[in-house]
Amino acid sequence: MAKVTVDGIEVEVPNGASVLQACEAAGKEIPRFCYHERLSVAGNCRMCLVEVERAPKPVASCAFPVADGMKVFTDTPVVRNARRGVMEFLLINHPLDCPICDQGGECDLQDQAYAYGHDKSRYGEPKRAVKDKDIGPLIKTVMTRCIQCTRCVRFAAEVAGTPELGGTNRGENMEIGTYVEKALTSELSGNLIDICPVGALTSRPYAFVSRPWELSKTESVDVLDAVGANIRVDARGPEVLRIIPRINEVVNEEWMADRGRFSFDGLKRRRLDRPWVKRDGKLVAATWPEAFAAIAAKLSALPGDRIGAVAGALADAESTLALKDLMAAYGSANLDCRDDFAAIDASRPDFHRFNTTIAGIDEADALLIIGSDVRREAPVLNARIRKRWAAGKFPVGFVGPRGVDLTYPAQHLGEGPGAMGAFAETLKAAKKPMIILGRGALTRPDGAAVLAAAWALADQAGALAPDWHGFNLLHLFGGQAGALELGFVPGAGGKDLAAMLAGGVDALWLLNADGFDPARIAAGTFVIYQGHHGDAMASRADVILPGAAYTEKDATWVNTEGRAQRGRLAIFPPGEAREDWRIIRAFSEGVGKALPYDDTGAIRARLAQASPVFARVGEVARSGCADTSGPAAKGKPSDAPFALPIEVYHQADVISRASDTMAQCAAVYGPQPALAAE
Amino acid sequence: MSAQQHDEPAGFAFDAESEAKIATILPRYPAGKQASAVIPLLYVVQKQMGRQTGSAWVPRVAMDVVAERLSMPPIRVYEVATFYFMFNTKPIGRFHLQVCGTTPCWLRGSDEVLRACKDAGHLKGYGDTSADGLFTLTEMECMGACVNAPMIAVDDDYYEDLDYESTVKLIEALKRGERPAPGSVIGRQTSAPEGGPTVLTGAEQD
Amino acid sequence: MALSDKDRIFQNLYGTQPWNLPAARMRGNWDGTAAILARGRDAIIEEVKNSGLRGRGGAGFPTGMKWSFMPKQSDGRPSYLVVNADESEPGTCKDRDIIRHDPHTLIEGCLIAGFAMGAIAGYIYIRGEYYNESVILEAAIAEAYEAGLLGKNAAGSGYDFDLYVHRGAGAYICGEETALIESLEGKKGMPRLKPPFPAAVGLYGCPTTVNNVETIAVVPEILRRGGEWFAAFGRPKNSGTKIFCIQGHVNKPCNVEAEMSIPMRELIERYAGGVRGGWDNLLCVIPGGSSTPLLPKHICDDVLMDFDALREHRSGLGTAGVIVMDKSTDVIKAIARLSAFYKHESCGQCTPCREGMGWVKRMMDRMVTGDAEVEEIDVLENVTRRIEGHTICALADGGVWPVQGLIRHFRPLMEERIAAFKARSTRLAAE
Repeated sequence: MAKVTVDGIEVEVPNGASVLQACEAAGKEIPRFCYHERLSVAGNCRMCLVEVERAPKPVASCAFPVADGMKVFTDTPVVRNARRGVMEFLLINHPLDCPICDQGGECDLQDQAYAYGHDKSRYGEPKRAVKDKDIGPLIKTVMTRCIQCTRCVRFAAEVAGTPELGGTNRGENMEIGTYVEKALTSELSGNLIDICPVGALTSRPYAFVSRPWELSKTESVDVLDAVGANIRVDARGPEVLRIIPRINEVVNEEWMADRGRFSFDGLKRRRLDRPWVKRDGKLVAATWPEAFAAIAAKLSALPGDRIGAVAGALADAESTLALKDLMAAYGSANLDCRDDFAAIDASRPDFHRFNTTIAGIDEADALLIIGSDVRREAPVLNARIRKRWAAGKFPVGFVGPRGVDLTYPAQHLGEGPGAMGAFAETLKAAKKPMIILGRGALTRPDGAAVLAAAWALADQAGALAPDWHGFNLLHLFGGQAGALELGFVPGAGGKDLAAMLAGGVDALWLLNADGFDPARIAAGTFVIYQGHHGDAMASRADVILPGAAYTEKDATWVNTEGRAQRGRLAIFPPGEAREDWRIIRAFSEGVGKALPYDDTGAIRARLAQASPVFARVGEVARSGCADTSGPAAKGKPSDAPFALPIEVYHQADVISRASDTMAQCAAVYGPQPALAAE
Repeated sequence: MSAQQHDEPAGFAFDAESEAKIATILPRYPAGKQASAVIPLLYVVQKQMGRQTGSAWVPRVAMDVVAERLSMPPIRVYEVATFYFMFNTKPIGRFHLQVCGTTPCWLRGSDEVLRACKDAGHLKGYGDTSADGLFTLTEMECMGACVNAPMIAVDDDYYEDLDYESTVKLIEALKRGERPAPGSVIGRQTSAPEGGPTVLTGAEQD
Repeated sequence: MALSDKDRIFQNLYGTQPWNLPAARMRGNWDGTAAILARGRDAIIEEVKNSGLRGRGGAGFPTGMKWSFMPKQSDGRPSYLVVNADESEPGTCKDRDIIRHDPHTLIEGCLIAGFAMGAIAGYIYIRGEYYNESVILEAAIAEAYEAGLLGKNAAGSGYDFDLYVHRGAGAYICGEETALIESLEGKKGMPRLKPPFPAAVGLYGCPTTVNNVETIAVVPEILRRGGEWFAAFGRPKNSGTKIFCIQGHVNKPCNVEAEMSIPMRELIERYAGGVRGGWDNLLCVIPGGSSTPLLPKHICDDVLMDFDALREHRSGLGTAGVIVMDKSTDVIKAIARLSAFYKHESCGQCTPCREGMGWVKRMMDRMVTGDAEVEEIDVLENVTRRIEGHTICALADGGVWPVQGLIRHFRPLMEERIAAFKARSTRLAAE
């Protein structure tokens, strides 16, 4: 530790800390533009200059290391003059078009100009104009506003692992861009908007839409992948206008993925905003009582074992639990939440969780990825892996299709399950090896064998230790892990999804279940579809119950780690759509099977009873592996190559499929490169 | 300058002469540090383009080839190619007339050298390429031949101690396909004072 | 007393003899190199310290001390010597002569310096425009390898040392040592933040020392003749011989190796044929390359050419590029052209330099015509102060000093120019 005195305040900071960190520890705010905690230090903006005793010139506090006994001054004439100077230089070529700039109101440059700017410019020469760049459908560029801080360049190269941005030319002609017009290929590109301190990189879908002070801001979680990025949903009236990440160091740091960020226009399109009932082979608009009556009439005529329920990718925990309880009331054990047919073993939580945890990746020292394009299935989690790789000494092996670029080097071991053993020695040599098994790797006919083989390899490689759990299943969407925690799988004597579809039930309640082809449902099966988008599954329904999207309800979501987090209502559901668990509760009451909870507090108490996961919202109980015996194996896996579950990153769920923005992205980027190559 | 105002070739591949040169360049740098060779390889590109097309420049496709060869992201090569002034990112004339215009040359008459280039080379000014494609005129920053000012570099060769007439003569010679010997055009012994060295004459006795 | 030829280190400065190895050996290069190395690293560094040699690239840092910063014991990383031959400071053309006419002084110096700092290899980073010079240098290095003077058991010393030439491509900033290292690593030449300094983290993350060509090339002769011999020239702390580049409005511009602390007037009159039109026709001199503020005649009359004397007059020895301007000179334009140079050569990394150099240049352009307000001279001065000392490297400092020097010594001329412009405009408006 080093003792540093900042403006007379003594603080202790670790050796190797920067002067800026010492200043922050002393409660002194240091203005900065280029400095960003999660990026390498550039030291180029010069806004953070401070005086250090005995230094001949002011020093860039972001880059200058502390020394024991150092005296730092942050508010002297020299410092103020330096900052005023930098501010003046930044502004001489900045357009001062704040009234028409989307960064207005949340612009670092604007804010600092209040503190260090002049009321009048001394600059009388012509201002520089820089041509805007086309870097894709998500990011709007106004490059004349760019202050060349290079945060975006560093983010793309360091965090996203897609070094496509750079500064070309030099001096005052230096321009940030891609040099050749091209859309950025990162699934994390939206973060560039957040890290740009000025209005050079702004959100294209949000262009000229709103000012920050007009927005109601709701803290929530992203469910369009299974990472559970913490987000803020910004809405005005009935509309979500943008979604941005919140900081959660152990989940998403401060990043979020593009699909979660930019799909929100899909919340307005193809919505199920009223109940529908099929009459004479055609869906017709109905009232809630009519829809409930139609369902009640059907179900009351059936024995419990002819009724089934499926919970899908975007089902929240409350409604999943309510549906499970409703099925129990009907005497049905026919439940399944694996609407993609993934052979997940729900008998023990660590068979289906990301046990290492996302933050735990930082500690791992070898990684084998099986059947997962982590980059496109969980971009933020992939960035965490990349960060670990960048720290050094982190061998990565990959089993799956050729041509997958994970953004860090990975040894391609082979395309099918037979290849995973090739990494065993590397894993064994590591102290904290981890295996990531993609959920998509379990959707094949031999999925159970793949699961067992991956677990066995983890065991054999020493990844299942009392103090280290290196087995990880990577889910794809925000509703998948919660349903598993709630045991939404066939009960005693119950039928699984395949059996239900094959005529094993006469009535099927689909809760946000869009993961399989509706044509697989046996003819004659009565289908209740509860969900928010009129996607393919809804058209197969006999009754449609309009539910709420994740932005429209207070609901609990569990991420791939088994971390329960709360989503919150940011806007009301459209039309007659309702919060999902309340729909089920209302129905239960109508059929005389009233579920024993009637408000959010009560159902959440019931959730906490059902699984400890829900009793510790926001936390995970990270532990080693207490029991190394593995999931039930059914034979050996075949050596068929793994297929990747998400064909088009930007259109992977009902919300993103309804989004125009995502459609534009899909048109620009197309399917996964690995798939497109075939 | 991301927008290209000129025709890019469809492709680029190193020829045998370039490959031979590359083979001498790469071993200079430690294993894994081959990015060091980016400037040398861009020179190889520029030379080859001059050889093959008569215009020594670096097309974008060639930058991609360099990136591939050195395992660098293409943007890092674009950055280098546009940062360093000696890489021509658009086509130039057969002869690159590079007039030093910095103060030491200006004091000695670089404006006259510029005027001679415009007159004899049929050039409108800096940045121009003559209609016949023979000359491109560029203003250079100090070329490091200050005691022989003013000077001009024709491609890689320095011509020094110029004035209007001698510059015209040089350009006329280039037009005729001649390549006068580089150096002082008034016959000075390199950087020694005019009339011959006054030190290191061998006259001094030990 | 003037320096005698026998005390000139660069015996072939003008290229009157061949540059090649046999000729170099005749001139005394490579004489007893193995014996010099046999004295050991510490003894060599001590001798260089005793010589009082200060870096010849502009900053004048004591060379022996710089070498002593290199680790004595390797932590597993190799060490490198990097020679700065990116000679680009306007007014400077001395390293060019060493490279093209006396390359073996440099090559031998590299071996000795490399040994003294425990380097496994050296890279000579030569400015791209010096193409023909680089061809000679590469040929001379090839000769040296052929003769066993480089490579394994270099010069029979038992020490292995490799030496390579790396060409830059037109960027003044690469003369800044950390920008040079970046460039050598294949990146844009943008200076690094310091600390860490190159001696700790330099080329490829390894301990590195960057020295100017002339600094390295004088080392073998210092070790052959002894530090005291070198220290005998010039005033204390300013010792040695030095190549001066005398140019501009002199009768016979030339390079010459002379003793340090020589009076400026003697330097110009003895070696460069005097000021055009006589000493009284002198307006001012930029004494040490473009970054050093100009000195008006009355200072030039008796100032000595060394680090300390020139610093006393708020200028510097810099690279010893002596740019002479006679009374016919539009000195505002001469300095404005330098402002254009620094704007062109700013790498664009730091805000004050990237934005400020263009501003200064544009204001200076208006000062040339007089299209300005008198108060703008103060704005200009203030802008240079806001640039100076606020950037990662010294390019910006060197870029604004010439303007500060102009204002310091020629403010009345600038005001006159502005008044004349105003008078002209008023007249035009009246017509």
